[in-house]
Amino acid sequence: MWQFFHKLGSPKWFFGIANRLMPWLLAAALLLLAAGLVWGLFFAPKDYLQGNSYRIIFIHVPSAFLAQSVYIMMAVAAVVTLVWRMKLADVFVKAVAPVGLLLTFLALFTGAVWGKPTWGTWWIWDARLTSMLILLFLYGGVIALDRSISDEKSAARAVAVLVLVGVVNIPIIKYSVEWWNTLHQPATFKLTEKPSMPAEMWVPLLLSVLGLYLLFGWLACLRMKTEILVREQRTRWVREYISAGRA
Amino acid sequence: MHPIRKKRLTIVLFLLAGLSIAVGLITYALRQNINLFYDPSQIAAGEAPVDVRIRAGGMVEEGSVERDTETLKVMFRVTDFNASVPVEYEGILPDLFAEGQGVVAMGRLDGNGRFVADQVLAKHDENYMPPEVAEALKKAGKSATNTGPEGSATTY
Repeated sequence: MWQFFHKLGSPKWFFGIANRLMPWLLAAALLLLAAGLVWGLFFAPKDYLQGNSYRIIFIHVPSAFLAQSVYIMMAVAAVVTLVWRMKLADVFVKAVAPVGLLLTFLALFTGAVWGKPTWGTWWIWDARLTSMLILLFLYGGVIALDRSISDEKSAARAVAVLVLVGVVNIPIIKYSVEWWNTLHQPATFKLTEKPSMPAEMWVPLLLSVLGLYLLFGWLACLRMKTEILVREQRTRWVREYISAGRA
Repeated sequence: MHPIRKKRLTIVLFLLAGLSIAVGLITYALRQNINLFYDPSQIAAGEAPVDVRIRAGGMVEEGSVERDTETLKVMFRVTDFNASVPVEYEGILPDLFAEGQGVVAMGRLDGNGRFVADQVLAKHDENYMPPEVAEALKKAGKSATNTGPEGSATTY
């Protein structure tokens, strides 16, 4: 097991795997997303109370879900960076932080657009919305801290510590709607219970969540590959790869 | 595992544990400030300050909405099925405002236990339903919204 773990840390090995995996990831992601979104946005029945405006959950829920998952993945990578000093873990954190920022923004933006007709306000300082805004700032902070330190190794450690400190925000986001009174409604999907909506609503939602996960996987591979090429530009395999004209 | 890595892992775990405890204590101490609104039981028990801008939240009591015929004034009662608070509001209500729906009102408690609101927001629950299903449920005698004392704690 440890041998596999250390092999995973080799940028060259990862580069090969990513190359083979990416077309599949992209194809599956586009298929699932197209199915989920077309079904959800055009064919799913409308809500008895909110009418068509509830359809924003087919974008809002997947992006909010993934925004938090990406941060948890980053935190795991941060532990690997701090304990095992594995280069690839740090490459991952740097590659996906902007993606996480974008997803968090998308969740906040779609939530605001939905909140205006449904609640009657764009924004309210309730625990769920505020902790999500903190997540946005955490992503921004991770990107900024990384850019501000030029030495690669010190940047990696500083960023890893910041990511770990920020991870306490994730359970706060998750449970904010249960611990405190909020305007935001409780979770749409729970692992332990049946979803509180009929199948023709939650199946397309599940498809879009899975599709967005795969799309994220593809995007992470793409961005990590670029980061690896930049970092390893002096090594022999990268030079050979580039001179072969495949980059 | 290599001893140095083991040491680093312990440090990381201690850092996380310490941090979680610190944040846990902070949020516990601030819980009344983090709560967006007071519920009717808290107001009835006198926990909410009088004549200070606060929010009150709960379910609009069935059959309690009274609209003024000449102005935009509206009176209703907000309940959590244990206690209820009369609310007075003048203005345009959100589309989702209805009896049996959740609301969060911003305003002041006057001396007589009445809540004078200057903003009313609709609170939605996590249940989504096609209109036909809601209609069928209504015919079967069940409310479409997830009301009832057992659901009141989380769904209003």
